[in-house]
Formats: sequence, structure tokens, C-alpha cells
Amino acid sequence: MKRKMAGFFVTSFIFSVIVLAHNVQAQTPSVDEIITQANHVAYYQGQDGKSKVKMTITDRQGRTRNREFIILRKNDPDNDDQKYFVYFQAPADVRRMVFMVHKYAALDKDDDRWLYLPNLDLVRRIAAGDKRTSFVGSDFLYEDVSGRSLLEDTHELLRTTEEYYVIKSVPKKPETVEFTYFLVFIDKTTFMPMKMEYYEKDESLYRVIESKKLEMIKAKEDGKEVEYPTVTQSVVKDLKSGSATEMTFSDIQYNLGLNDTIFTERYLKRPPREAMR
Amino acid sequence: MGKAIFKKTGIGIISLLLAALVFADEGGSFWDDFSPPQIHGFYEMRGGYRTQNDRYQKDKSVMETRLQIEASTFTDWADFKFKGDLLGDFVLEEGDFDFREGWVFARPTEYLDVKIGRQILTWGTGDLLFINDLFPKDWQAFFIGRDVDYLKAPSDAAKLSFFTELINIDIVYTPQFDPDRYVRGERLSYWYAPENRRAGRDRRTPAERPDDWFRDDEIAVRLYRTISNYEVALYGYRGFWKSPAGQSPTTGRPIFPDLNAYGASVRGPLGSGIANAEIGYYESADDKSGKDPLINNSEMRYLVGYTQEIVADLNAGVQYYIEQMLDYSAYKRSHPTGSKRRDRDRHVVTLRLTQLLWNQNLELSMFTYYSPSDNDAYLRPSIHYKATDHLALETGANVFVGKSPHTFFGQFEDNTNIYAAVRYSF
Repeated sequence: MKRKMAGFFVTSFIFSVIVLAHNVQAQTPSVDEIITQANHVAYYQGQDGKSKVKMTITDRQGRTRNREFIILRKNDPDNDDQKYFVYFQAPADVRRMVFMVHKYAALDKDDDRWLYLPNLDLVRRIAAGDKRTSFVGSDFLYEDVSGRSLLEDTHELLRTTEEYYVIKSVPKKPETVEFTYFLVFIDKTTFMPMKMEYYEKDESLYRVIESKKLEMIKAKEDGKEVEYPTVTQSVVKDLKSGSATEMTFSDIQYNLGLNDTIFTERYLKRPPREAMR
Repeated sequence: MGKAIFKKTGIGIISLLLAALVFADEGGSFWDDFSPPQIHGFYEMRGGYRTQNDRYQKDKSVMETRLQIEASTFTDWADFKFKGDLLGDFVLEEGDFDFREGWVFARPTEYLDVKIGRQILTWGTGDLLFINDLFPKDWQAFFIGRDVDYLKAPSDAAKLSFFTELINIDIVYTPQFDPDRYVRGERLSYWYAPENRRAGRDRRTPAERPDDWFRDDEIAVRLYRTISNYEVALYGYRGFWKSPAGQSPTTGRPIFPDLNAYGASVRGPLGSGIANAEIGYYESADDKSGKDPLINNSEMRYLVGYTQEIVADLNAGVQYYIEQMLDYSAYKRSHPTGSKRRDRDRHVVTLRLTQLLWNQNLELSMFTYYSPSDNDAYLRPSIHYKATDHLALETGANVFVGKSPHTFFGQFEDNTNIYAAVRYSF
């Protein structure tokens, strides 16, 4: 009898947990919905975009180096492919250099990359390299700047806090990356990834990216006024090397109507005015 | 020489101003249309020595201070740029002004770009090897260890670029022939064929440069487009051999015979790297039969290359290049007995290794040319360190090795040098 009662309580407890869980789930979007929306907000808002970027790299000893560039981005309306145009303004030795990327969403297709060296008038085509290498010597990686395909990892909703959905992403091909998994803290209202934590094999945290400032940027979309949540300051810390890089974004514009031809050799050799000022 | 440079500078500046006047808006002050000029540049000290005695040259291979000033401005309808170097040269013991760029650029329609004035021009797919890029090179700067940017010498030219859905077309017109800044004994010792020996400062015979405006002109054309991710181009050129390629029968001085060139190239992804191939036919138009011993043969030139990232921040590139003389039997028959004869084919392999370290602030680089047919080689090791955002330190070497004193790289053996430089950019 006692056993039966115990069994009943256990059963009803499990039942109520399931009901509760179900109720929570009704409000919580699925993992796929969260990461898809977060990826969109972080990398794909608007048809195109432009921003001035200032980067400050600070090493363990506190020595700093600065980078300034203007970045143009255009989405392919038919898929998740994108084109990037990066025009360097500082430091002096890289001034007027242009870095261009045609990014392909398909995992089996390498991105196309070009570098224009103005002093030689040389358009160099760069082999699609490891995307987890430093972007212009900073602590940001290529992949942080242009996004990591959602198909590269398996995603799990680890927990939901008052502010965030916490997603754990585990690489499908662990041998291609330096982390074993990473956690993404996604803002529940804007879906902006606000923090990313990268963990090594021994579960130790070694790299953190944080969105320090979020602004609502006004833009026109199909003739209507809209506001895109946009990170205007972000910081990455390499906990092993003690180095950190801060990126601040200004003069942000969306839906400028950038022409596709901007992302060709013509404009590499002579950048469009949108990219230069 | 100083006078010639001044004259060219003058012409450049005048044409720049004329262009500005022609296009400028009528209303308001003329200068109101221009943005406040941006001024940048660098100050550099560079010194280098030969690592062995060269009986025809000084021990110093390069010893100079250089101030580069770059000014740019724009209006609604055009961009303007001026760039020039003030140079104190302790090898030639002279001050010099190297006018690098001075141009007007406009984008008058959606289909057309125009750039007029002194400018650096480059096309083609080779890495430090050139087939269809027949714009002037500065081989002296390259071999004595100046920054690699100086390999490209400026052209005084008009470049028109047309863009269509089907194809893009570049046309470069140079009204007065711009030769290479070729090796001519003032800085480097070299094989002096007329006397069958190495020579240097004792044989600074000036070449006879064709220099009639609009008659001794050059025209270079490129047609290009991208076909499913592969950049395909066709090239044409009518002008002159860019470095002396013959000898005047009357004066005995080096000459620049007529040259027509036709070629093609392709570049695109292959495996996890980038592959390129290029071909060119050089028609030595003053000696189509190849019988004239004083003028270069016509040639075919071939190049294939591949570059790839081996691991993060380590890049490797290999190239195979062939120069093939087309009338070799005529060359052999007419070649003066006793003087050194070239092989019909010259084969060159290049290997580039570039490693970035310390947050990409330190670059270790090695570029090697090796010719199995000439049995010679040219190695370019270098270390470049960005100490701060403004200050860069560099050291490197130009190493020439050869079995014979007359082959392309072998002739420079006694010029093997090491150099170091400090540059402050602003």
C-alpha cells in the first residue's frame, strides 16, 4: 500500500513536471527558432549595411594598436550568401587597402576572398583559409566578423534565465576548431547574442565575446520606418594570452541600396564613395 | 636625369591642374569644390651592404633616407591624388625627387572609369613574375632591397575602363614610352654582353629610349570577366621591350626594339587554394624572323601557379615559369661566336613562404626563384616587424647564386646584399 501511494505521488509529480515544462515550452521558442533568429539579428539585418569600425587591440602589457575601417555588407536575397567590402583607413601602413569576401552559406563551398594592395595596384586572390584565424591581428576571428554557419554545430537550449536563452553549441567536426563547445547568451527580447563563452577540452573558459552596447538603429524597410537592434560596442577577451580587442561601430546605416557591382574588381581598385567616407 | 624628372613632374602637375580646371564647377570659388586634402606618408631610413667584394660597385648596395608625402582630395565628380618621395641617396650621392603618382580619377557613367596622370598599373596573375603586365618595373629597386612596393614604377598614362554585363575592358594609353628602371650598371653589376664580361659603374652606357610623344607610344588592353568563379582575361600590347632587348648597329648602345604581345590568363579556386595560369606571345616586331643577332627573338611565355594556406597564418605559393625563344636556330646561326649563348628555354620555379606571428605583427617571408635550366637562383628572405602602428622595422637579403656569370640571376652574384630599414608612417 505504502509502495502504491509512493508510486502515485511519484507519478503525479512527474506528470505535473511535464505539464509545467509544457507550459514553459509554449512561451519558449524552439532551439532552432532561437538560433536562427539570433543569427539573423547578428549578421543579416536589412538588405545591406554600412558601418565605421574602430578596433583597439590591447595586449597583456597594456600596449595598444588601433585599426579603423569601413565595412559594407550586402545580403543575397535568394539565400544566406553575403558579400563584404572592408576599406582600411588606419593604421597608415594598411590605409586604402581593401579586403573583399564573398561568403557562401553552403558548408561545402569555400568563401572567395580578395585583397587589394594600392601601392602595387595589385588585386590578390587569397586562398580560403582557416576561418578561425585572427582578423587583422586582433582577437576577433574571421568567423566572429562574418558569422559561423549554424550547420557547423549542434545546438541545445541549456537554460533560460530572466534575460537570456543560453544555448550550448557543440561542433560537429571538433578537429576543425580550437574549442570543445561554446555558450551563447541570447537576449530574450531582441534575440541579440550578448555574450559568447568558448570552452576548451578540460571545460575551462578561455575566450569571451561580449556585446557591451546595443542601440536601436532607425532604417527604412520597404518604405516603412523600422528599428534594427545593433551592437555598437563589443569586446573579445583571450583569457590565455591576456589580450583583448574592443570594436566600436559608428555611422551605422541599413538598406542603403548598395549595388552588387560594388563587390567586384572594379570597386576593389577604386572603392565606391560609400566605402571611403 | 634630374632635369628629366623635373620635366616629367612638371607635365604631370600641369595636366592635373588642367584636368581640374576643365571639369571644375563654374560657380563659386574654384577651391570650394575640393574636400580638405588628406596628407599622409612616411619617413624611412634604409641601408644595405654587399656581402662580398664587387670590383665594379661600391660596398654600399643601398643607403638612403626617404620622405614620402601623399595628398588626396575629391570633388563631386572626381578624386585627385599626389604622391612623391624626397630622397637622399648616399650610393649615387645625390638628392632626388621620385614623383610616384599624380592623377585624376572620375566615374562619369555607370559603365566607365577614367584615370589620367601618373599612376601605378598592374594586371596579370603571376607573383613577382610578369607576362602580360607590361607596365614599367623598377628592377634596381627590387634587387637592392627597397620595399617591394617600389618594384612597380609609375606610368604616365590614361586608363579607360569599360564595364558591361558581358565583359570588362581596360585600355591604357601611354603617349610616351615608359621603360623599366632596368639594371644599367649605376647601382648593380651585370653581364655586359658587348664585352662578354661583368660590368658596373664602368659601363653605364645609356640606352636609346624611344621618346617621341604620341609616336613612341604604348597601348595595353585587357578584356576580362568572371566565369563561374574563375577570373578569365585576354591581353594585348603594342609598344616596346620594357628593358633593353637589343643593340643599335650604329651606336652600339642598348635599344628598346618594338614589341607586340598577346596573352591570356585564368585564376580561381582549386582544392583549398588558388590556382593560376597565364600565357603570352611576345612578337619582337623589329626582328620577326629572329635573324637579327642584335635584337631579341620572339618568345612564348608560360606560367602556372598555386597558393594555399598550410596552417593558420602560414601561406605557401609555387609557380612554374618558362620563357621560350621562338627562332632559336636563327639565333644560334647569327649569334656572334665567342659570346655567351642563351638556352632556348629558360625554366624558373618560384616558392613563396610567408609566416605571420605575434598577432600578425611579425612577418617572416622567403621568396625563391630557382632556374634549373640556367643553374641559378635568387633568394629574398625578409623579416618585417610592426613595432607600433606607426613604426616598422625590416631586414632582409637579396641573394644571387649562379654557375655562370651571364645567366639572368647569375650575372648579379656579386650584388648579393643584406639590408635593414626603419619606417615611420603617418
